[in-house]
Amino acid sequence: MRELSYLEAIREALQQEMRRDPRVFVIGEDVGVYGGAFGVTRGLVEEFGEQRIIDTPISELGIAGAITGAALTGMRPVGEIMFMDFTTLAIEQLVNQAAKIRFMFGGTATVPFVLRCPAGSGTGAAAQHSQSLENWFVHVPGLKVVMPSTPYDAKGLLLAAIRDDNPVIFVEQKLLYKTRGPVPEEDYTVPLGKADIKRAGRDLTIVATGVMVARALEAAEQLAREGIEVEVVDPRTLKPLDAELIIQSVSKTGRVLIVHEAARTGGYGGELAAIIAESEAFDYLDAPIVRLAGRDMPIPYNRTLEYHTVPQVENIVEAARQLAQGRV
Amino acid sequence: MTLTPERQRDLLRQMWLIRAFEEKAENLYAQGKIHGTMHLSIGMEASAVGAVAALQPDDYILSTHRGHGHCIAKGADLDRMMAEFMGKETGYCRGRGGSMHIADVAGGNLGANGVVAGGIPIAVGVGLSQKMQGTGRVCLCFFGDGAANSGPFHEALNMAAIWTLPVVFVCENNQYAMSYPASKAFAIPRISDRAAGYGMPGETVDGNDLNAVYAAVSRAVERARAGEGPSLVENVTYRWRGHSKSDANRYRSREEIEAWKEKDPIARFERWLAQAISLSEPDARAVEQAAYAAIEAAVAFADASPEPDLAAIEEGVYA
Repeated sequence: MRELSYLEAIREALQQEMRRDPRVFVIGEDVGVYGGAFGVTRGLVEEFGEQRIIDTPISELGIAGAITGAALTGMRPVGEIMFMDFTTLAIEQLVNQAAKIRFMFGGTATVPFVLRCPAGSGTGAAAQHSQSLENWFVHVPGLKVVMPSTPYDAKGLLLAAIRDDNPVIFVEQKLLYKTRGPVPEEDYTVPLGKADIKRAGRDLTIVATGVMVARALEAAEQLAREGIEVEVVDPRTLKPLDAELIIQSVSKTGRVLIVHEAARTGGYGGELAAIIAESEAFDYLDAPIVRLAGRDMPIPYNRTLEYHTVPQVENIVEAARQLAQGRV
Repeated sequence: MTLTPERQRDLLRQMWLIRAFEEKAENLYAQGKIHGTMHLSIGMEASAVGAVAALQPDDYILSTHRGHGHCIAKGADLDRMMAEFMGKETGYCRGRGGSMHIADVAGGNLGANGVVAGGIPIAVGVGLSQKMQGTGRVCLCFFGDGAANSGPFHEALNMAAIWTLPVVFVCENNQYAMSYPASKAFAIPRISDRAAGYGMPGETVDGNDLNAVYAAVSRAVERARAGEGPSLVENVTYRWRGHSKSDANRYRSREEIEAWKEKDPIARFERWLAQAISLSEPDARAVEQAAYAAIEAAVAFADASPEPDLAAIEEGVYA
């Protein structure tokens, strides 16, 4: 199959959906001729024009309001917040308005938008341009939260998210943009709320999100050489979560390591651990549930410090090995 | 833009409906029948009715926490509105929204809002959507003097202006952001002066004069519909009641309130109608009484309506 980068897969989804559905448009800071801060929307303004690829002033709250109001009245906007960190400036509209409008209005309205949020560390952008804030939005009823880890999933999930009738926060980890993988040329969706087994194994389950999926797979490769067979499960959609697949996997392996980049305290891993502990998988656990997450600290600038702030392959290998060998 | 005598009579009817709704709301609260709070717009009826009168039925409005008047002016069914206020299943939002979130989406009311300035950025999106779809519809966004000092106001007015969106921003300056007086909160004499900073026309009118509000908002609506972009209209008015039920009026004097009551927008419009269309005193009282009767009927409907079904508690969170 043809290979695309994660970034190109997202761009292709936008392009194909805008050709198919005139209600879809893109709006954000520098998404036009500049092509977006990371180049995701490059070339789109040439095809679709400034009426549908809309550059905005530096007004994140305004962007969030614009997609909310447009979605409320018949459009299907795709907003871009240049760095997920800047959702802090837009959060009133996302949390108090978009997420709740349908419920507050007794189900008489829909707010079908996608807000794309480049997120995560590893680029030397320091504390205000490197955060993983997905769990803030997971906590808000009315929002869906999607976090693809591969080019294939990125395209399929974005198409599904645009066609979904709810506000969707679409988390794109910046380190993934250049990663490559097979992506079908045709239109396809990856349904929201469906997890995926990225690698099958019998000894241990790793549930990983975003960029941690690739690191978990690399760790699994290394562990396989030691005779430890790791199963890697990617939730893909954090909300709604496909708890069933995770519970099945953990019930099979009896051991689970949860890995995410976001800070540990109040992170998604806590929710995953609780869901597993409350489920029938609890009876099959041979060891405590283990979380490996970002340290509870801002992302530092210095390359070495930054590297050691979030889980890396060697940390996953070590944690998984200990767990598999019954040393936890 | 001249209103027919029938239309003028109808606007008087709307103002009385608002007054009657608000008084009943207060009364129901005192009886312990209302769960929550409310923000009454008594004294501001001309602002709501005069502004919405400038719209076509399929135009949109975005309202505020003090939104009962906007909702009635936009043509809401009083029974469903009262039922919502009383948290009943037959209400506009099935009892899930209440006073601060009443919306009549089918009727073009995109909702009251519990957050000051919460609706202003949404108006940009509604305007953008109308322009992109070529509907010819206008979005009228109400907000108060307090909202004009919040960040969303700035971002939204700028975006609406640079994209020449069909939006009319209507600032109901009722003198107080809860307790904080506009005289202290602004270093400019008129809130509409801010329009210049965004490159749109701004106009300040006597918000208790229905005709003045109607004329100014009509100009703004016309401009919006012609594709010339947004405007800011400031209706200078006054709320007779406190901010909400917890307000002890410690920040203003009884004399001040009484002085504004002398400027009652309904009495003023009646005096004008007596001259303009020879509305008789008995005719005016008949309009008033019919309004109070309609509100009583709405209360009866709401009282008789069922509570929401607990089995459906999570309905509507997701589509």
